[in-house]
Amino acid sequence: MKIEGQVRIPSGCAVSAVISKDGNKMSGEMITNSMKPMHDRSNGLGGGFAGYGIYPAYKEFYAFHMFFDSRDRRKECEAYLKERFEIVQSEIMPTRKIPAITDEPIIWRYFAAPLKSVLVSLQVDEKEFVARTVMKINTEMDGVYVFSSGKNMGAFKAVGFPEDVGVFYKLEEYEGYSWTAHGRYPTNTPGWWGGAHPFTLLDYSIVHNGEISSYDANRRFIEMFGYKCTLQTDTEVITYIMDYLLRVQGLTLDEAAGVIAAPFWSTIAAKKDADDQRKHTYLRTMFANLLITGPFSIVLGFEGGLMALNDRLKLRSMVVGEKDDRVFIASEEAAVRTMEPDVETVWSPAGGEPVIIKVKEGAF
Amino acid sequence: MQIIDAANLDYRAVNETLRSAKTDCTIKGCCGQRFIAAGMSDRNLTIEGIPGNALGAYLNNASITVKANAQDAVGDTMNEGKILIHGNIGDAAGYAMRGGKIYVQGNAGYRAGIHMKACKEKFPVMIIGGCTGSFLGEYQAGGLIIVLGLHKDHKRIVGNFPCTGMHGGKMFLRGSCEDIAFPSQVTARCAAPEDLAEIREYLSEYCEDFGHSVDKLLSAPFTVITPDSKNPYNQMYVAN
Repeated sequence: MKIEGQVRIPSGCAVSAVISKDGNKMSGEMITNSMKPMHDRSNGLGGGFAGYGIYPAYKEFYAFHMFFDSRDRRKECEAYLKERFEIVQSEIMPTRKIPAITDEPIIWRYFAAPLKSVLVSLQVDEKEFVARTVMKINTEMDGVYVFSSGKNMGAFKAVGFPEDVGVFYKLEEYEGYSWTAHGRYPTNTPGWWGGAHPFTLLDYSIVHNGEISSYDANRRFIEMFGYKCTLQTDTEVITYIMDYLLRVQGLTLDEAAGVIAAPFWSTIAAKKDADDQRKHTYLRTMFANLLITGPFSIVLGFEGGLMALNDRLKLRSMVVGEKDDRVFIASEEAAVRTMEPDVETVWSPAGGEPVIIKVKEGAF
Repeated sequence: MQIIDAANLDYRAVNETLRSAKTDCTIKGCCGQRFIAAGMSDRNLTIEGIPGNALGAYLNNASITVKANAQDAVGDTMNEGKILIHGNIGDAAGYAMRGGKIYVQGNAGYRAGIHMKACKEKFPVMIIGGCTGSFLGEYQAGGLIIVLGLHKDHKRIVGNFPCTGMHGGKMFLRGSCEDIAFPSQVTARCAAPEDLAEIREYLSEYCEDFGHSVDKLLSAPFTVITPDSKNPYNQMYVAN
């Protein structure tokens, strides 16, 4: 395949998401179908999904979804994992052979918990340990990629059109309280299995339509804190930024949105609410290197919720719709209508205005 | 009149059916098919469901009525004709249109009327019933944009940075616009009776289409925005 530089591909991409605020479970079939009317936004070089609440039987365990280039790589990686984790279940990822998806790597999943003795000797908490393990594997083990590492959630991705990727991974057999989806039209980087969206770390997942102009500035900054960008796609850095801001720095979702899609200084100066003005001045000053410039619409998935966000200039489209307990997000209204023809409220959030939806307490 | 059932047809099939019909058409069950009626002339088209992006691109005097919301880039580079939307429209409506009319009952997204221009006898008109997002009339070079701010729900009639880079044409916003910041290269002033006389014809047509009263609409003050000179950005980047 020709990579960027040899060929130039115009930008596209599609995102879609759904969540039940009451925590009602939905199969992955609806989100797969939502990508069909947006078929032409992708070019078959990447599709993927994230589902939340899909592994209730193993909800106490981290679910690692992994790609291996060969059987030897897998054996090597399993030996490494067994020194650090109690693995309660390991299995080949259930997939369906279809003509539209070819050349798949070896795909496995593991349900595992970090060994207490290892955590004690390293003096780190469980999540930090899992994050470091993911970074270590993705950086140091050739031909091994962790593409999902959260509890009671999972990412499913491949090279292909998203509606085919959903069929390939048998998503209709999973039930989740929220789902996100992505159809890829790679612009600057090769289309390969690890480069498909979502990009995940722990329970955070990102699907993204756009192109990050500030990628290298963001990457250099975030790599100072132990993250390593190894997957050759700019979106990866957004996932690590969100993990850093939300988990490590303890910012709220709203504040994190104020960092990555910060308002212009002139907009901050014109704010009438003095507290709001101080907050935004602080966030832009404190985390200047994490401002993401260039066009984007993203959906962040996390345990118990979703956040949709556009760049501050709103250079990518995004619509939100609601019906009963469910909220739908997509690049196009047609995708929302495919999920719910009778959707009641439909609106387009402004650039930099986060839309945060949480499942009510105790329902997930 | 021919009915086209768009369910399970992709954009190519819908457009081919439409082009071969050679008569007025109604598209039913539309769901995201792009480029509908691109470049089309001499035809009336009604759409039920959600048309995809670039509806009526390069439109050439066909008339399109959409009975729901429309997506992005409605009337992209439109030349002539009319697009009537009984709902909201997405971003970048009327991108570089140089003639024809886009009348919208509801709101518009970001960058409505971006790079709109007039050309010889061509004069594009866009009327938005509700509110618009930021960058309304960005780089506007000609034509007329009217925003009415009906059912605006305490929101501002336009978002941030309207008229950025505007260097031609006219914009009318219903209301006194004290809460809107305009760039320094344009002048915003209260519309005089002779200004309103210029837009009465278009507003009357809009009111007929959507069932409003033109006198009631015109009873509120309007703000009119024009660029300060033909070349307001002469020395913006280099001193020449």
